[in-house]
Amino acid sequence: MEWDTRQKNVVLILARDMAEKLATPMFVVDAEGTLVFYNEAAETLLGKTFADAGEMKAEEWMAEWAPIGENGQPMKLRDLALGRALFEGHPDHHDLAIRASDGVKRTIAATAIPLQTHPDEIVGAVALFWVPSQREEDRP
Amino acid sequence: MHATVWGCRGSLASPGPETVRYGGNTSCLEIRLDDGSILVLDAGTGIRALGVALEPDPPPRIDILLTHLHLDHLEGLGFFSPLWETKSDLHIWGPPSPLKSLEDRIATYMSPPLFPVHLSDIPSQPTFHDVPDEEWKIAGARIMAQTISHPGPTVGYRVDEEDRTLVYMPDHEPALGVGDLKSVSPDWISGYAVAFGADVLFHDSQYTEDEYARKVGWGHSSTEHVVTFAQLAKVQRLFMTHHDPLHTDADLESILVRAKDLWGENGGEIALAFEGMQVAVP
Repeated sequence: MEWDTRQKNVVLILARDMAEKLATPMFVVDAEGTLVFYNEAAETLLGKTFADAGEMKAEEWMAEWAPIGENGQPMKLRDLALGRALFEGHPDHHDLAIRASDGVKRTIAATAIPLQTHPDEIVGAVALFWVPSQREEDRP
Repeated sequence: MHATVWGCRGSLASPGPETVRYGGNTSCLEIRLDDGSILVLDAGTGIRALGVALEPDPPPRIDILLTHLHLDHLEGLGFFSPLWETKSDLHIWGPPSPLKSLEDRIATYMSPPLFPVHLSDIPSQPTFHDVPDEEWKIAGARIMAQTISHPGPTVGYRVDEEDRTLVYMPDHEPALGVGDLKSVSPDWISGYAVAFGADVLFHDSQYTEDEYARKVGWGHSSTEHVVTFAQLAKVQRLFMTHHDPLHTDADLESILVRAKDLWGENGGEIALAFEGMQVAVP
């Protein structure tokens, strides 16, 4: 019997559980940037259920949702809040636009944090998405 | 490879007439490798008697592998006689914490006012090691440690000697964050890879299903969880351990009946760990 070594880090397992229980859209990637989960609240923004999307490598989900920066230019993974959290190891926040899978262009705000198990070990990152009009300062 | 159980009680040492059959000492498992090398998994109160047994002919080297630093896995260390001698080269391995070294965290317990002697004054001067991310070797064994679901930094150990595998996970809550273990892809189950295909698995079985429902997030498994986990990981022989301190011998045997019912007719072996149990991994 060949050893099945597939295994998510326990921090990702717990992050997924947290996402499943949150009403805030949440997007979880592993250390390589592979999308491993997003929750039901994020499905509305992204235009596709996670069951349909499944796990996606970074280049796949970047192509799927084509993030656009505040300057109107396509963003690279490293420039996303999620990319900064993952590759630079610090929290980040910015607004961006995406082309959702249902064809609708949506503007969202993203707040990302790295998942660090040790100062020099990042096992993934999570991003919380906000619809800017829902933010406190935008409310009438 | 040969294993001896020196302690299989969870949480708190529980001696007394109602626990005499399975034992009241907390977690400690001795593994003798084929070349005679000794690995000690956890340093609960069971390690005291192991130390006494080793006294006549102490081995030149002893490796103590701690799954985590909760007291029931550490409190026997100060009473392990090789610690107070210089005849054995002691190596203590444990999970890295995000900030403090293993030695500093153990010294929190082994220093006044909780312990009369400071760790730095102990004659054997053990060497402390954070467990590495990758597999490593001790004598003739390949060791793998993997972080598993339990409060605080905690690992499960996989010990491979030639083509035989023993896995030790005395504190583990694989259902946390997953719910129904059978409904998710195995790679989302804590500890799955480290346990996969083991000849022998010692695994947390602290709670009945009813008890677990009131103790979600406390870091332990129900009877159903441990059986399901072992079957998903294609384990051959399951030894249920980390018995709840409130469970009498009779309670444990009722739990075993339930576990065997869940295990079914799939072959292999399922049993309760008990103090003094000898398990050959041929």
